[in-house]
Amino acid sequence: MVEWTDFERQTIAGIFGKIDYETVGSAALARCLIVYPWTQRYFGNFGNLYNAAAIKINPLIAKHGVTILHGLDRALKNMDNMKEAYSDLSVLHSEKLHVDPDNFRLFSDCLTITLAAKMGADFNADVQAAFQKFLTVVVAAMQRQYH
Amino acid sequence: MLSKKEKKMILRIWERITPVAQDIGAEALLRMFTTAPGSKTYFSHLDISPRSPHLLSHGKKIVLALSEGATDISQLSVTLAPLQTMHAYQLRIDPSNFKHLSYCMLVTLACHLGDDFMAEAHAAMDKYLSAFAAVLALKYR
Repeated sequence: MVEWTDFERQTIAGIFGKIDYETVGSAALARCLIVYPWTQRYFGNFGNLYNAAAIKINPLIAKHGVTILHGLDRALKNMDNMKEAYSDLSVLHSEKLHVDPDNFRLFSDCLTITLAAKMGADFNADVQAAFQKFLTVVVAAMQRQYH
Repeated sequence: MLSKKEKKMILRIWERITPVAQDIGAEALLRMFTTAPGSKTYFSHLDISPRSPHLLSHGKKIVLALSEGATDISQLSVTLAPLQTMHAYQLRIDPSNFKHLSYCMLVTLACHLGDDFMAEAHAAMDKYLSAFAAVLALKYR
C-alpha cells in the first residue's frame, strides 16, 4: 500500500485543480511524440505527424492528449487503491492496444516537463517529487495487468 | 543524432544559462536529491542543503562542463577526457545517476525557460545530455 503524506495529497489535488486540461493534455502528448518519436508507432491513424510543427497543430493528437490527462482523474479519486482503479485500463492497453508499458513512463516524463514549463518556480523540488511519485504509482498500476 | 539546427538550439540555451550557472546547477542537484534520494550517498562529505555554498559551487561546475561541451559536441570525448578519468577511477558514480541528473536538469530548464523550452528544444537537449552521460561513462569498463 502506498503511503501518501498530507503534503503529497494536497500538492497533487492542487495541481489538478489548477491545470487547464485542454492545454496541458494536448501539449504533453505532442511533446512525447516529438521528444520520443518512436511513440508515434501507436498513432498511425491520427493524421499528419510528419514533423514537430504538424504534430503540435494536429487536432486528433490534441484531443487524445486531453483524454489521457483525464485518465489521471481516477488516480486522483483513488489514491489509496490505484491498482483496482486502473485494472480495466491496464487490460485494455495490454490486450487490445498492445502498448509497451515503457511508454507510460515516457508520457509521464513529458507531462512533468510540460507542467514545469507552465508552473515555473512553483514547480519546486518537493512538488516535483510528489508529482513524480504520483505518476510512478499510476504507471505501476497500469503495468499490473500485463502478462 | 543531432542536426545543425539542434546543436544551435542547445548552444543558445547554455549561453543563456551560463550567467546563472550556479543557480541552475544547484537547483538541478537539489531536484535530483529530492526525487532520487540514493544520489545523496555520493555527497555525504558535503553540505548539500538548499543554497549551501557546496551545492552552489558544485552545481556551477556541472553546468559549466555541460556548457563547454555544447560549444563543440563532435569533440565531446576530447573535452571530457579528464572528467571521464575522474568519474571512472575516483568518483565511480553509478551511471544511473547521470539519467536522474539529466532529467532534473531538463525540469530545471523547463521551469526557468517556460514556453521557450518547447518540445524541439527539449528533444535536442535530452539527446545532448544522453550523449554527454554516455561519453562520461566510457572509461568505466
